[in-house]
Amino acid sequence: MRYIDPHIHMVSRTTDDYRSMGQAGCVAVTEPAFWAGFDRSSAQGFYDYFRQLTEHEPRRAAAYGIRHYCWLSVNPKESEDVTFAREVMELIPGFISKPNVLGIGEIGLNKNTVNELAIFEEQVALADRLGQLILVHTPHLEDKLKGTRLIVDAIRRNANVDPERVLIDHVEEHTVKMVLDAGFWAGITLYPDSKCTPQRAADIVETYGHERLWANSAGDWGHSDPLAVPKLRMEMARRGHSLQVIERLLYENPARFLGQCPKFHLDGV
Amino acid sequence: MPSKDKKYSCPMSRDQVVEAYFLEHRGKLLDVAAFLDRVDRSRPSGRAGGEDYRVAALREALCLLADGRPRRVERVLKLLSDPTSRPIPKALGKAAGGAYGNASRPVGKGKKMGP
Repeated sequence: MRYIDPHIHMVSRTTDDYRSMGQAGCVAVTEPAFWAGFDRSSAQGFYDYFRQLTEHEPRRAAAYGIRHYCWLSVNPKESEDVTFAREVMELIPGFISKPNVLGIGEIGLNKNTVNELAIFEEQVALADRLGQLILVHTPHLEDKLKGTRLIVDAIRRNANVDPERVLIDHVEEHTVKMVLDAGFWAGITLYPDSKCTPQRAADIVETYGHERLWANSAGDWGHSDPLAVPKLRMEMARRGHSLQVIERLLYENPARFLGQCPKFHLDGV
Repeated sequence: MPSKDKKYSCPMSRDQVVEAYFLEHRGKLLDVAAFLDRVDRSRPSGRAGGEDYRVAALREALCLLADGRPRRVERVLKLLSDPTSRPIPKALGKAAGGAYGNASRPVGKGKKMGP
């Protein structure tokens, strides 16, 4: 069965992972710009990273029949230094018209600071000005509930932003309803220890339905699993969910949200 | 998909759920028990304030599992969450600890999360 992994950091993964994902049915990935595990020493580091996301990574994916798209931003973990963050933001318009760029992301909060929130709001405004989709990262663990509230309120303050064009990612049982009720799309991340298991993700789908919901692996340089999405597929099949419902969650829903950007298409995959 | 009766939104019967998941979760429960035993067997660090705020939160969360009320995951997650609502002035580190502690907690000593 075909699927899309709409949030995975392939720059941190091996070519063998692309092969395994292709064999498991992955036809497309979208890769948000993120924290490398260390702070870059200059905005020039992001210039090279954006080139990697828009030029190099699509070629690597294509070798395994996977279409590669990406999102550009300065991530929340490097937003505390607002001068630095604004220098990175100045680079984004120069890359936004690249054929695999779908929007601004992953923007959001990490420790819910005043500076993180300021840069988040500036990037929401940038997305609005450039007419881009938005992919939002919500904080980890004890910071998630408060951070998700701050994010929802901040986007609502920008009256121009259509919530249908915003996906708020890494929802869990205590945040999913808040996000969906506000009219946004919600992403469930299948990530060991700190986010959802396939079992909990299936529970969330059973509890809240599958409208405006997608699932991703957020595979990266940390303890993570690039095959987490097909594991959710197995979990849902094991419970007796229909193939139609599973394909809706893991293929049609991401295609519908991402398809709001005219550059996204799945012809020939 | 959730059935029309939201109370029974899992497609499996109760027997099937127990059959499919009991052993897995028995094992996870024993892991929690073993972790608490390991904490007891470890030498105290001498830090003021008694038990680590994360272990204290875990013990509190365990009570929620046994209270017979629904939405256990949601309630546990909320128990472990920062209950405040205003942005903080400055981040003292990038890491999250997994439970909300008071101002004296060792900020930044949490496990380094992925992005």
